Amino acid sequence: MIDFGFSISKSSHIQMDDVDLKTFKKLEALNPDINTCMSCGLCTATCSAGNFTDVSFRKIILMLQRGKDKEALQKVKRCMMCGKCMMICSRGINTRNILLSITRLYNEEEK
Amino acid sequence: MTPSYDNTYTMKERNVLIIGGGPAGMEAAHQLKQLGFNPIIVERNDKLGGHLAQWDRLFPTSETAEGLLERLKENIKDVEVRLNSRITNIEKNAETFHVTLSNNKNFDVDAVVICTGFDLFNAEKKQEYGYGIYDRVITNAELEEYFKTHNDKRIDEPQRIGFVHCVGSRDIKVNNTYCSKVCCATALKQACEIKDEFPDADVYCFYMDLRMFGKGYEDLYLKAQKDFDIKCVRGRVCEVSENIEGKLVIKAEDTLLGTPMKMTLDLLVLMCGMEKSKGADEIQKMLNIESNKDGFIENLGAFVGMNKTKEKGVFVAGACTSPKTLPDTIAEARSTAMEVYHYLCNN
Ligand code: SF4
Ligand code: SF4
Ligand code: SF4
Repeated sequence: MIDFGFSISKSSHIQMDDVDLKTFKKLEALNPDINTCMSCGLCTATCSAGNFTDVSFRKIILMLQRGKDKEALQKVKRCMMCGKCMMICSRGINTRNILLSITRLYNEEEK
Repeated sequence: MTPSYDNTYTMKERNVLIIGGGPAGMEAAHQLKQLGFNPIIVERNDKLGGHLAQWDRLFPTSETAEGLLERLKENIKDVEVRLNSRITNIEKNAETFHVTLSNNKNFDVDAVVICTGFDLFNAEKKQEYGYGIYDRVITNAELEEYFKTHNDKRIDEPQRIGFVHCVGSRDIKVNNTYCSKVCCATALKQACEIKDEFPDADVYCFYMDLRMFGKGYEDLYLKAQKDFDIKCVRGRVCEVSENIEGKLVIKAEDTLLGTPMKMTLDLLVLMCGMEKSKGADEIQKMLNIESNKDGFIENLGAFVGMNKTKEKGVFVAGACTSPKTLPDTIAEARSTAMEVYHYLCNN
């Protein structure tokens, strides 16, 4: 491409029309409680790994819902599966199981 | 000491004017009748019920609006009701008020209860949402009408539906800085109902805070998420446009993620908030009663004075003083009836 000395930045918007939620729908089917999150932030505040990394269960789910799968999976990698988020969740979400499902489902997708 | 009133006079001869035949007016009239007075409801429309008569089902229980309306009506079947009537003049004499109606009928009352309720915010004022311009932008009231009649060409197998909370509320741009109280719960109720009709649709609610404060409301929130898969997005919709296929393109920030987003919708429902009913203006003028900073009728304080106004013998009940839910309104109508009782017994 000819270099005109400027480039066009990609839109910072999430375009929901282009987001592919197929895998997320599978995740939902396995863990119907995933949609009951009310963003209280307890999971993130208590997270053992969150002290040192950017793990946040709440954000992982939100990112998957908005098609930011790569960033979400990056966060999941930091999780130590300690289960503290599950112990504290206000909505009683089985967070640990969801984290395990994510690893399984989304890695399968990649293959 | 228990207060004791000399009830030897005949309460039946004591008239109480009830301005407005919505839930507040009907319930206040019912209680006053029970207490032995003669309430007279003056309603400008041709039927009782106010907004309740336009609604299909009620949050959080999903019972029908019609059922509640019938019960309220049944309670006042012995009460004098004047439909299609406007009040043209109220003149205060020593202890009574002389009331003149649009048909020139006139009578005296001993007390007045203002139950003029609310108007829904006119969504056209929020031009960025395109109500009245784009076909598929509708209001909460219109969706409720659809649930009643199932007759609205704009609602045609929508695949993606959005609800915008706080339309005309919590917004200095329309000079309404208050919360309208009922629209969060109404939005989730309607979201569940429309999902029920179109199970394949994705339904999004754009909210700033979800104010699910009443009995059973939080359960409704959980039910919406769990059983109906309603997606709540924290962020206010900033603008709506129409694409070439006549679908709606909306923009909002997902504030929990900190990222702006766009999506195409088949239907957008605006949760219009409450404003004081415009009909109250003339009544306030006649009775010399001011409005508060939110534009509603000024009552005597937030705690024990809420049923009274600064004018002796003039009382208020329901959403004419601030946005209220139905249980709030009915409870307030009852307490206002007690205030009227004390006032009349002391006079
Ligand atoms: S299970 Fe993972 S996400 Fe949950 S608290 Fe432990 S480290 Fe954090
Ligand atoms: S603790 Fe539970 S409800 Fe709260 S943000 Fe985390 S997942 Fe959501
Ligand atoms: S009840 Fe909810 S939608 Fe209505 S004004 Fe208050 S916060 Fe907004």
